[in-house]
Parts: sequence; structure tokens; C-alpha cells
Amino acid sequence: MYPYVTGTSVVALKYKDGILMAADMGGSYGSTLRYKSVERMKPIGKHSLLGASGEISDFQEILRYLDELILYDNMWDDGNSLGPKEVHNYLTRVMYNRRNKFNPLWNSLVLGGVKNGQKYLGTVSMIGVNFEDNHVATGFGNHLARPILRQEWHENLSFENGVRLLEKCMRVLLYRDRSAVNKLQIAKITEDGVTISQPYSLKTYWEFSAFENPAQGAIGSW
Amino acid sequence: MTKQQANWSPYDNNGGSCVAIAGADYCVIAADTRMSTGYNILTRDYSKICKLADKCVMASSGFQADVRALQKQLAARHLIYQHQHNKQMSCPAMAQLLSNTLYYKRFFPYYSFNVLGGLDNEGKGCVFTYDAVGSYEKVGYSSQGSGSTLIMPFLDNQLKSPSPLLLPAQDAVTPLVEAEAIDLVKTVFASASERDIYTVNKLELVIINAAGIRREYMELRKD
Repeated sequence: MYPYVTGTSVVALKYKDGILMAADMGGSYGSTLRYKSVERMKPIGKHSLLGASGEISDFQEILRYLDELILYDNMWDDGNSLGPKEVHNYLTRVMYNRRNKFNPLWNSLVLGGVKNGQKYLGTVSMIGVNFEDNHVATGFGNHLARPILRQEWHENLSFENGVRLLEKCMRVLLYRDRSAVNKLQIAKITEDGVTISQPYSLKTYWEFSAFENPAQGAIGSW
Repeated sequence: MTKQQANWSPYDNNGGSCVAIAGADYCVIAADTRMSTGYNILTRDYSKICKLADKCVMASSGFQADVRALQKQLAARHLIYQHQHNKQMSCPAMAQLLSNTLYYKRFFPYYSFNVLGGLDNEGKGCVFTYDAVGSYEKVGYSSQGSGSTLIMPFLDNQLKSPSPLLLPAQDAVTPLVEAEAIDLVKTVFASASERDIYTVNKLELVIINAAGIRREYMELRKD
């Protein structure tokens, strides 16, 4: 069982008014960059935002499951709607049950949302491991972005500071994750709803003098 | 054409340790709050302790998705029991249920290492310790998880119980008072966190006695 078309890291954090999430738009086919406009974050119902890394077709399948879930929820027409906690729980059960049948959905999911003023941010892996926290990341983001978030995240970040922090994480990922692409979206979810930005790219700097002619002065083969 | 081998494992070890000590009229259950995978930290503030019934609490370490599924199963069965019998399950009853639930998945186990603690029907503390497939034993104290190899010998030294093989059967509960047992648990985790990389961050203690259930926290070293 292997993944074929994959997305790389998703990074998300809680800020003053809700959740901010970022993901690039690349869909890699092994080492080829096959698709460059893949939207890896989607709104779910009224209160949630789902971001996924891993196999893109499995993400699309999950979106179909969630469509049906939200449809049935709306059909009750009882004034209640599924919040991020409920959607996260549903996704956890789906991922865990597929793992039990030895046919996993090859994704790491990030689920964020706000309902009745309560912010929620959680994650589920392909084998069903799930937790919530003030900031989460998938894949390489766990290694590169979370240390930055642990150092610099604090309660009640403003929107601008939250975006700046996310961009800092995405820039590091761009420099160091070979499957990252410089075309990303940042999504925000608050009590008022979801906004996903237009795709844009980060400014990068490649002229650091230490990287120019790095082998100068090196002795031996290193 | 060679047979395709699985390149993913349905299991993971999310680390951590659990301890429980039974006293004459109380029970202390404790676990750390870190969730890890390999050499990474997933989160520093995750509870491994789950209240199953009024006087029965379970602490589990191992593969978190299996632990969660197990807790949900037991909670659901407990609700059915309450509907059918109009009372809470006692700790020894829950202990048997846990054992049966674990053995049910004998050939695709819950990778969950559990200690069950609480008060029995007479209000005396009891601790049950399990392996991943349900073999269990009523003991006076126990530890499970990544730090158990460091913690258990120390508990054996401090709380040595009479052998379960003796006849007539002798009481396994510790003569320590509640405050002393809590102190011992804190000491034990402070020591384990020095040498076990998975048992760190924060210690969560749950104390059950006649008055009810209360929770305490203690900071541990975070590296």
C-alpha cells in the first residue's frame, strides 16, 4: 500500500479570534511536482476547516464522507450544527476503522474551528492517533514548524502576528522540505466563518554569503 | 512478481507511564502527560487517565488510538450496565470487563497497557494491572508503560506486599496513609523522568476516596 499523489505539511495555530491554517498547493507524484494548484484546505459545514497532507485522492474521499455527514446534519433542520469537536471525532473514528481493516486513508488531517466562542484545533493521523493543542502540524511541519511555534506562540495572538508566525514556519519548510512549493494559501476561521486566501508566494532570500561557495576553505572531501 | 510487503504499521507507541497505589480507604492513580512518537513530541498536555465509573479510574499508556477506542468501548458498556442495573459498576466488575474486552481482540490486540484503580464495594482501595491481551491481577500497587521498568522495582522496595501465593490470602493494600502514598507517587515520577525520555512534562494524579475523586498536577522536568 503506497501513496501516489501527495501533499506536504499543513501548519495551524490558535489566535485571538479563531484558527489560522496554512498549506502549500503542491501535489507531488513521487519526486515530480505534478500538480501545482491543489487546494489542501476546505471548509466543512459552518464551523470547521479541514487541512490534509498525504494522499490527495484519499483527502477527496474524506471530503465526500464529510459532505454526506454535513448533509444529514442539515436535513435534521433543528437549528443545531456539527461543530469542530464533533467533526474531529468523526474523522478520528473513520481513520481508526480504516486502519483496523488494514486499508488506511493515507492522510494526516488538521481540523480547526470555532463554535459558540470556543476555539478548537486538533489533528488525526492515518492510524487514528489524535489530539488537540494550541498549534499543530503534519509531516515535516512537526520537525521544522512546531519548535518555532513552541518558542513563539502565545495566547491571543493578533491576526497579523499569527499570519507572520505561520509565514515564518512556511518559509522554513520551503527552504528545507524538498516537496514544498512556493505557492501557498492561508486560511482563517472565526465565529463568522471561513476565509481562504488567494494563492500567493513567500519572499525568499538565497544570497546568504555562507552558502556562496560553501566548500571554500574546507579540507578533504567534506 | 514479488509479494507486496506492508510498509506501514498499524501500531505506534505514544509512550508514557502510569502508576496506581491502593490504600485502606483510598486509591491513587497517576500518569504523565506527554504524547510522543519515535523521538518527536506530539503534545505536552495529554491526559492518559479516564474515569470509567464513579469509583473506578483507568490509566493507560501505549498506542493512543487503541487506548481511546478501549476507553470508548468501556464507557459505552458502562452506560448499558447503568441502564440495565440502575447502579454504577463496581471496580472489580469493571476489572473483569476490561480483561474480557482486551482478550476479545486477542488476535489484533489493543496496544494498551493499563492499570485500573478505585474503591471496591466496601470502600477499600484496589488496583488491577493488565497486559495488552487482558491477563490481569488484583494487586496493592502497579506501574505500566515506558517507565515501568524504572518505577516498579522502586515501588516493590517501598511497598513490598505479602506474596499472593500465601494461604490464608493476605491483604495487598499498603498501610501508608493517603498523603504518604501521593508523596511516593510524586517521588517515583520525578525519578523516572530523569532517565525515561517518554515520562516527562507533567504528572497528573487522580485520588479516589470516600469523599469522591480529586485531581492534582505536578510539574516534571520537560526535556
